[in-house]
Amino acid sequence: MTAPAILPERGAADRLTAFFWRRPKAFLALLLTPPLLWLGLVYLGSLATLLWQSFYSIDEFSGMVKPELTLKTYAELMRPANFDIILRTLLMSTAVTLGCAILAFPIAYYAARFAKGRWKAVFYLGIMLPLWSSYLVKVYAWKLILAKEGIVTWATEATHTSGILNALLALPVIGGNSLSTSYIGMFIVFVYVWIPYMILPMQAALERVPTSMLEASQDLGATRAQTFRTVILPLALPGVIAGSIFTFSLTMGDYIIPQIVGNSANFIGMAVYQLQGTAGNTPLAAAFSMVPILIMLVYLTLAKRAGAFDAL
Amino acid sequence: MTAAVTFQSVSRHFGIGPAAIKAVDAVDLTIAEGSFFAMLGPSGSGKTTCLRLISGFEQPTSGAIRIFGQDVSAIPPNRRNVNTVFQDYALFPHMNVRDNVAYGLMVKGIPRSQRYAKADEMLHLVQLGGYGDRKPGQLSGGQRQRVALARALVNEPRVLLLDEPLGALDLKLREDMQDELKSLQQRLGITFVFVTHDQHEALSMADSLAVFNQGKIAQIGTPADIYTHPRTRFVADFVGSSNVLPPALTKALGGPAQWSSLRPENTRLAPHGPITGTVTALRYLGAATRVVLKTGETELAALVPAGRPLPEPGTGTSIAFDPKDLHLMEEN
Repeated sequence: MTAPAILPERGAADRLTAFFWRRPKAFLALLLTPPLLWLGLVYLGSLATLLWQSFYSIDEFSGMVKPELTLKTYAELMRPANFDIILRTLLMSTAVTLGCAILAFPIAYYAARFAKGRWKAVFYLGIMLPLWSSYLVKVYAWKLILAKEGIVTWATEATHTSGILNALLALPVIGGNSLSTSYIGMFIVFVYVWIPYMILPMQAALERVPTSMLEASQDLGATRAQTFRTVILPLALPGVIAGSIFTFSLTMGDYIIPQIVGNSANFIGMAVYQLQGTAGNTPLAAAFSMVPILIMLVYLTLAKRAGAFDAL
Repeated sequence: MTAAVTFQSVSRHFGIGPAAIKAVDAVDLTIAEGSFFAMLGPSGSGKTTCLRLISGFEQPTSGAIRIFGQDVSAIPPNRRNVNTVFQDYALFPHMNVRDNVAYGLMVKGIPRSQRYAKADEMLHLVQLGGYGDRKPGQLSGGQRQRVALARALVNEPRVLLLDEPLGALDLKLREDMQDELKSLQQRLGITFVFVTHDQHEALSMADSLAVFNQGKIAQIGTPADIYTHPRTRFVADFVGSSNVLPPALTKALGGPAQWSSLRPENTRLAPHGPITGTVTALRYLGAATRVVLKTGETELAALVPAGRPLPEPGTGTSIAFDPKDLHLMEEN
């Protein structure tokens, strides 16, 4: 007996497959409608509302929000006290991003180029494990570590290196009474909590650079430094940019670390939190939240113009 | 003539102790200056490791490598005046073709206008003038291959290494590139060292070649030499579609009890030839037909020129040959 040329239909699943085979667009529509609804309405819609609210203002006497479009709130944002907050947040985010990039690169490079099998698993576990524990617990733990009576002070005393620590703390602006009440301490905690978001995209980008490309560079006479500058860095740049988008925007929006670690100077996230909650100044809070979005857009435009995505 | 590259009992082992893989095992080798040298062998035979030992991407476990008389054991790849055309071309995707070709000059610190002029000259040499502004991603496989070649030649290396450069090209393109590489080598006078697993490529292009087997050189010589006088059973098997006769059959044909080879083109179908067998297959090759017959456990091929009568598969026939064409070999 020969097999039939057309196999019998087995039921609903076969009929559904046939339906979508005849109408591939219907399948695409089915696949995309729910996420597009979510993204369009819930996600971007609420962002648009936020943008809209930032053009409202607050009545100085009643403290009520006046639903009339005005640029008054943005003028308020530019007042020295508020502008300082923006500048401070921007500088901290830049420092944290650079710190993360510099620390993450060797780790990502090792993981992409040399780690095999079990060591690769150890790498992923090492990067991911800290992410599984509560963010708040980690920040409080760091506060204790960096405190004046904490393990860092104790360790420097035990190794007779308190001189270095004191010199660090004596630095103007970024120093302070102890690490846990200084910008240096805040920087350390920020780098600690966000570095996995830098390592992972960097590692993914470096993994796509074939070894033969590095060999070709060396073969043509390049030193290690030249190979790094002209081949590795440009090819890994999309990954570095992706990682920096995470570390930059996460630092820009964070409102917990600046509250717990540091000298209680205000940051954008904290300002939004206070204006939204206790002060009830929703328009100014909205205007503050627009700042990181604008900065990120400017940053990405500059990165694109500098050719950061040419290797994509 | 001076030697471009010499290997003096060079070994490259991966791992240590008795479990070590001997990728290259006590190889002695001399590559003459200005020659087109091929390293031929199956995958895993050590030919690519030998190439990487010359470029410096592998370091010998023992033995000495000299390039134009100078010991290179302490010289990293970037200081060896040897360039490589990589198997996957390894073009930099973020640079255009001109910058790719000029890369070797750029890292030497040669000014932009000068290096671009040289790069364009190189692109003309490989018939890609006018392609300088394209990105490697916009080129076909054959064009990328030429860019890789131009990029490797721009530094005017003393030795050019080619790691299976034609492997990814289709047949027609590969034949064109073979001719082109050969004429390029003759024009430039640079020593070319070419790794391939394709015996036709090695035989047609090389001035001399080394046949690799399990980390050792099984035979080294001119293509004609290796084709007509394979030294071992492996070389005869690998290099050509030669008939390999086991010792018993050689002895039955009047020779010593030793492995021997017999070229199909040196045999003819004859009614009362010394080798009799059953025809198992006929393969039409155009100018001739390859007749395969089985005698005992051995399969032998004979070439019958076009127009001659052919035996039917399954019938018995016999082949004759000139005894001087029976070539004796070592087993290994």
